[in-house]
Amino acid sequence: MQPAIEIKNLGKQYKLANAEPYISLRDVLAGSLKRLTRSKQSEDQKFWALKDIDLDIMPGERIGIIGRNGAGKSTLLKIISKITPPTTGHATIRGRVGSLLEVGTGFHPELTGRENIFLNGSILGLKRVEISRQLDAIIDFSGVEKFIDTPLKHYSSGMQLRLAFAVAAHLEPEILLIDEVLAVGDIEFQKKCIGKMEEVSKQHGRTILFVSHNMSYISGLCNKAILLNNGSILKTGSATEVINNYVTGITNTENSAEGISENKVVSLTNVRIVDASGNSKQNFSTEEKLGVEMQYRVKEAGHVLWLGYNIHNKEGINIFDTHSVKTPQYNEPHDIGTYKAIAWIPANLLNTGIYFISCAVFNHQKTVIYFHEKDIIAFNVFDTFNSESARGNSPGEFPGIIRPLLDWEIKKTDQ
Amino acid sequence: MEKFITHIHPPKGFSPGFKELWQYRELFYFFTWRDIKVKYKQTVLGILWALLQPLGMMVIFTFLFSKTWPINTDPVQYPVFVLSGLILWNLFNTSVSQAGESMILNANIIKKIYFPRLIIPGSSVLVALFDFIMCFFVFLLFCLLKHQPLQWTAILLFPAGLLMVIVSAFGMGTFLAALNVKYRDFRYTVPFLLQVIFFASQVIYPLRSIKQEWLKYILSLNPMNGALELFRVPLTGNAPDMILVWTGLAATLLLFCLGIFFFRKTEAYFADIS
Repeated sequence: MQPAIEIKNLGKQYKLANAEPYISLRDVLAGSLKRLTRSKQSEDQKFWALKDIDLDIMPGERIGIIGRNGAGKSTLLKIISKITPPTTGHATIRGRVGSLLEVGTGFHPELTGRENIFLNGSILGLKRVEISRQLDAIIDFSGVEKFIDTPLKHYSSGMQLRLAFAVAAHLEPEILLIDEVLAVGDIEFQKKCIGKMEEVSKQHGRTILFVSHNMSYISGLCNKAILLNNGSILKTGSATEVINNYVTGITNTENSAEGISENKVVSLTNVRIVDASGNSKQNFSTEEKLGVEMQYRVKEAGHVLWLGYNIHNKEGINIFDTHSVKTPQYNEPHDIGTYKAIAWIPANLLNTGIYFISCAVFNHQKTVIYFHEKDIIAFNVFDTFNSESARGNSPGEFPGIIRPLLDWEIKKTDQ
Repeated sequence: MEKFITHIHPPKGFSPGFKELWQYRELFYFFTWRDIKVKYKQTVLGILWALLQPLGMMVIFTFLFSKTWPINTDPVQYPVFVLSGLILWNLFNTSVSQAGESMILNANIIKKIYFPRLIIPGSSVLVALFDFIMCFFVFLLFCLLKHQPLQWTAILLFPAGLLMVIVSAFGMGTFLAALNVKYRDFRYTVPFLLQVIFFASQVIYPLRSIKQEWLKYILSLNPMNGALELFRVPLTGNAPDMILVWTGLAATLLLFCLGIFFFRKTEAYFADIS
C-alpha cells in the first residue's frame, strides 16, 4: 500500500523580516536608499521553521503531532494543506485533503446559519450537492435547528462553534488535518466531535493529522504520534510512547532518573512513575492509581531515613507533600543495602495536567537533608470523560487543583 | 474511487492556474453570492442604492456640463451620454478598488484554507458586474424615456465594451491586490490613482472634444477610453475611433496578463505575509 502522505526532506524557511505583520513600501524604499548609500548588503535574518522532515503516513493512520510552541506543528499542517509552500523538499499527498485549521473559517455574521453552512462547506472543499445532501445531518449535529434561519450575528459563540464543527465533521476527505480546534467548546460537544472523528477514521479508514497541546485528546484519538522540536522530528512512534517522551522531555530528564544523587550515607539510584502493575509509565488517566518509586542505596548503617516527595503542578503550585510515615520502617534505622520505596497516589485524586515530582531523603528530627532533588521526573494525567470519574456528566473544563471523587450523602429531611 | 494526487514542492515556474480555477468554480459562485447578499443586507436601500449612485452623479454632471459649461456630445443628449459613461466607470471603479482590497479583507480565510487565490479578486469583479447589470437596465429605461435611438450594433458592441472593462479591471484589480498584500501602505494611493483614470477617461466628456492630437494618443492607452468608444457607437451612430479601440485592447490584454502574472508570482506567500 502506498502512503497517504509522503514527505521527503521538507523544509520551510522564514525571513525574520516577515515576522512583522506586513512590510510597507515606504520601508522598502527607505531600505534600498540606505543600501545604496552604504553599498553594503544587509543580511536578512532567516530561520528554519521546519527542516529535513521525512515522513510516511499510511492510509487510516491517526497521527498526533505534538511539541512546544514554535516547534513547527502548524507550519507542517499549513504546508500539507497547501496554504504555504515549502522552501525545500517535496510532499506527495494521495487523496482529498480537508483541513480544519480553525473552525468557522469564512463564517459571515450577516448570513443565516443555513447560508453559512453552504458558504463554509464550500470553502472547506465540499461540493454544493454534497452539502445539500448532508444539510439535515449537519443541522441535526449542530443542535441549533431553531435558529438555522437567523443571521449568525445573533448566535452565541458556543452556537457558532457548534455549527462550524458540524460542517467540519461532515467533510468527507480522505485526509483530515486538524489544528487545535477542540481547544474551545464544552466537553459534551467535544466528546461528540471526538466520537465523530473516531468513527470517521476507524470505519471509513480516513487518515487524520491532529495537532494539539492537549495530551488527553492525542492519546484518546491517535494511534501514532510525532514529536517535533525546533522544526525537526524528535520522535515517532505509538501515541503513548511519544507522549511519555514529550512529557518527560519537559523536565529534560530521561524516562527514569538514574544515579542521581550521592553522599556518604545514601545514594538515590533511580526514580520512576509506575502503574498498578509496576510498569514504568508517564501518562495516566484520572481514574488510574499511580506509584512514585525511588530506588536508593544505603551505604552507612544506623541512620533513621525519612523519604518524601513534593508534587507540583505545571503552574508550580505545590499540590501536596508526602512522607514515608505509614511504614513500619519510619522510625527504624536502615541497614546497608538497596531499597525500593513506592508511594501510591490514589485514583481520582489529581486533576488533569502535568505534574512534577521532587524527591528527598532526610531526617527533620536531626535536621539533616541527605538529598532533595527538585522536579526530577514528571507525568501527565488525562481525562477519559468517563461519567464514573469525579466529573460525572458535567461538561466543560473541570476546575480545581485536585479532583477527588468524594462520598456524598443525600437525605430527605423534610417534606 | 478516484484518487487525487497532490504534489507539493517549492514554487517554480509560472502557470496561470486556470484549470484549477475551473475545479473550484463553485467556490467562485459562493464568494460572489456571499458578497452580493451581504452587501444588500447591510444597506437600508438595498439594490436601490446601486442604482441611485450613478443616477445622482448623472444629475450633477448634467447640471454642470449641459447647462453651466455646455459640452457638445451630439448627436446624443448629454444625460444619456454621461449615464452610459458612469455605469461603465462604476463597474471599473468598484471592480478595481474592491478587488484591490479583497485579499486583505479575506486574509483570515487565506491563512486557514487553500483554494486558488484568484477567486477572491475575481469574485469582487463579479459582484461589481451584478451591480452593473442592474444599472444597465435602468440605463435602457432611461434611453427609452429620452427617446434615444439604439442601433442594432448594440448587441455586439455593448458586450464588447463591457468585456474590455471587465478584463482590464480584473487585471488591474489583481495587480493591486497582490501589491496591497505585499506593501500594505500602497492601498492609500489607489483612490487617487482611480481618480486620475476617471479624468483620463471619456466618461463625462467625449474624447473628440479634445483639441491636442498628442494628448489623444496618450489617453488611448487607458483601456476605459476604448471601451467607452465601443459602448457608445450604438448611441451615436458614429464610426468608432479605431486607434482608441486597438490601443485600448492592447492595453487591456497587457493589464490582464501583467495582473495575473504578478498575482500568481506572489500568491504562494500570501499566507506568510498577510
